[in-house]
Amino acid sequence: MTAEPVEAAAPGGLSRRRRRQLSLGGQYGLFLAVVVLVALLADWDRLRANFANRDVARDLFPDIITVGLRNTVVYTAVGFGIGLALGLVVALMRLSPVAPYRWFAAVYIEIFRGLPLLLIFIFITVGVPLAFGSPAPGGAVGQTGLALGLAGAAYMAETIRAGIEAVPKGQTEAARSLGMSAGRAMSSIVIPQAFRIVIPPLTNQLVLLCKDSSLVLFLGIVLEERELTKFGRDLAGQVGNTTPIIVAGVCYLIITIPLSLLARRLEARQRRGRR
Amino acid sequence: MTAVKTETSGGAIEIGGLRKAFGANEVLRGIDLRVASGEVVCVIGPSGSGKSTLLRCVNLLEEPTAGTVRVGGVDVTAPDVDIDAVRRRIGMVFQSFNLFPHLTALGNVVIAQRKVLRRGRAEAERIAREQLEGVGLADKTGSYPAQLSGGQQQRVAIARALAMGPEVMLFDEPTSALDPELVGDVLGVMRGLARPGEGRGMTMLVVTHEMGFAREVADRVVFMDGGVVVEEGPPARVIDDPAHERTRTFLSRVLDPAAARVGETD
Repeated sequence: MTAEPVEAAAPGGLSRRRRRQLSLGGQYGLFLAVVVLVALLADWDRLRANFANRDVARDLFPDIITVGLRNTVVYTAVGFGIGLALGLVVALMRLSPVAPYRWFAAVYIEIFRGLPLLLIFIFITVGVPLAFGSPAPGGAVGQTGLALGLAGAAYMAETIRAGIEAVPKGQTEAARSLGMSAGRAMSSIVIPQAFRIVIPPLTNQLVLLCKDSSLVLFLGIVLEERELTKFGRDLAGQVGNTTPIIVAGVCYLIITIPLSLLARRLEARQRRGRR
Repeated sequence: MTAVKTETSGGAIEIGGLRKAFGANEVLRGIDLRVASGEVVCVIGPSGSGKSTLLRCVNLLEEPTAGTVRVGGVDVTAPDVDIDAVRRRIGMVFQSFNLFPHLTALGNVVIAQRKVLRRGRAEAERIAREQLEGVGLADKTGSYPAQLSGGQQQRVAIARALAMGPEVMLFDEPTSALDPELVGDVLGVMRGLARPGEGRGMTMLVVTHEMGFAREVADRVVFMDGGVVVEEGPPARVIDDPAHERTRTFLSRVLDPAAARVGETD
């Protein structure tokens, strides 16, 4: 970049500005060429029939909403709830003055952040019944919630710990000097402020869990327990058409895009509001 | 400025042979200091002289390495002491206010009354409103700390401490973080606390750089340097006619900032 002025007068005697115009023009030209080529070569009827088949799409409703979307939301919510509660406990253990608590929390976080989520799902659905003679309680909701929660807790614990550490030390000192015990200062003064700080990253975590709930695909679940991904895949197989997968994808985006936008807005607001 | 209401008369602070070390760095090297009930003592001295550490040892925000601290007759350094119960009787005001940003002014004054003293909501709010009125902020009860000026925040912090009915009050450079035009309001509240219209004033240990306040309000002034008390006495003597060279040097810098700038070599 900085070398440009030196070269400016070189090949062809073109000015820097002129060369930039040519380069930009070339990029637009290439883009246009690709668009035209795709438009001409693609078999639009076939694509429409396979990816956006109106009849197939119509048959998906209302079940894809009342079963698929609903279950995705339920699995995500239960997983997030378990993950948040467990994550808070692990975060507090991580910050505990009792060394064995800190070790346990550190090991927990490293293990569950280091494992593929699918393995955790298989552990819950295959390993737990083998080990204990009965599956984890709560049916598909309980098992999915547990798997998502166990993994989510490891990430959320680190987020919450960072949030707690971001609350200035003076807050604890003020609370303690008013006679609050360490636990009371933590629960009444520090944690409420920490949660304000971690709401944007936790919202992003919620988006991740929503997408990860699709791993239910690998559980043996009954029809009413299907969430968006399994619903879309099953229907796509039944009707021999890609449309159900596209519709399922759109349903995910209806949840994830607003949440992501929300998280970004909260982040921006927090940056502005920093004292 | 309206008079600040206090519920209990002051207890005495007795500090004996107090030492505090952070690792190899000994910040307090044997402090003996007595603040009688209802007395106002101002601690002055250059930064790094151990003034704030001394204050923080009184309510055990720092644990003394050696020595004793008695507040209202109770040895707070005793190993079996209930530290939370001790702190309840000692109000502390910080340089950086340390208001709880997620609570309104009223909420800041209410929360410890509710959670620590187990007062009912109505009672806690009544006391909080009285205290906020006492520091001249009756109209700011619903404001969050971020919506208040530094001077207003510090006055909320004073009301928050007073609402607990402390026997003594510790002030750690309460005006050092304030814009000059806001210092007066906070000092006015402290003056009202030290010299109420009726009855005995609050026992106060004040670390400050406000020589005018010290001269006017303090019963005694203590000059600290290098972790020891260099001299102490009535403000008129310590500030206007110091006996030690270190005190004179410090005061000439504080009272005449221009001379300080010329004299500063570091």
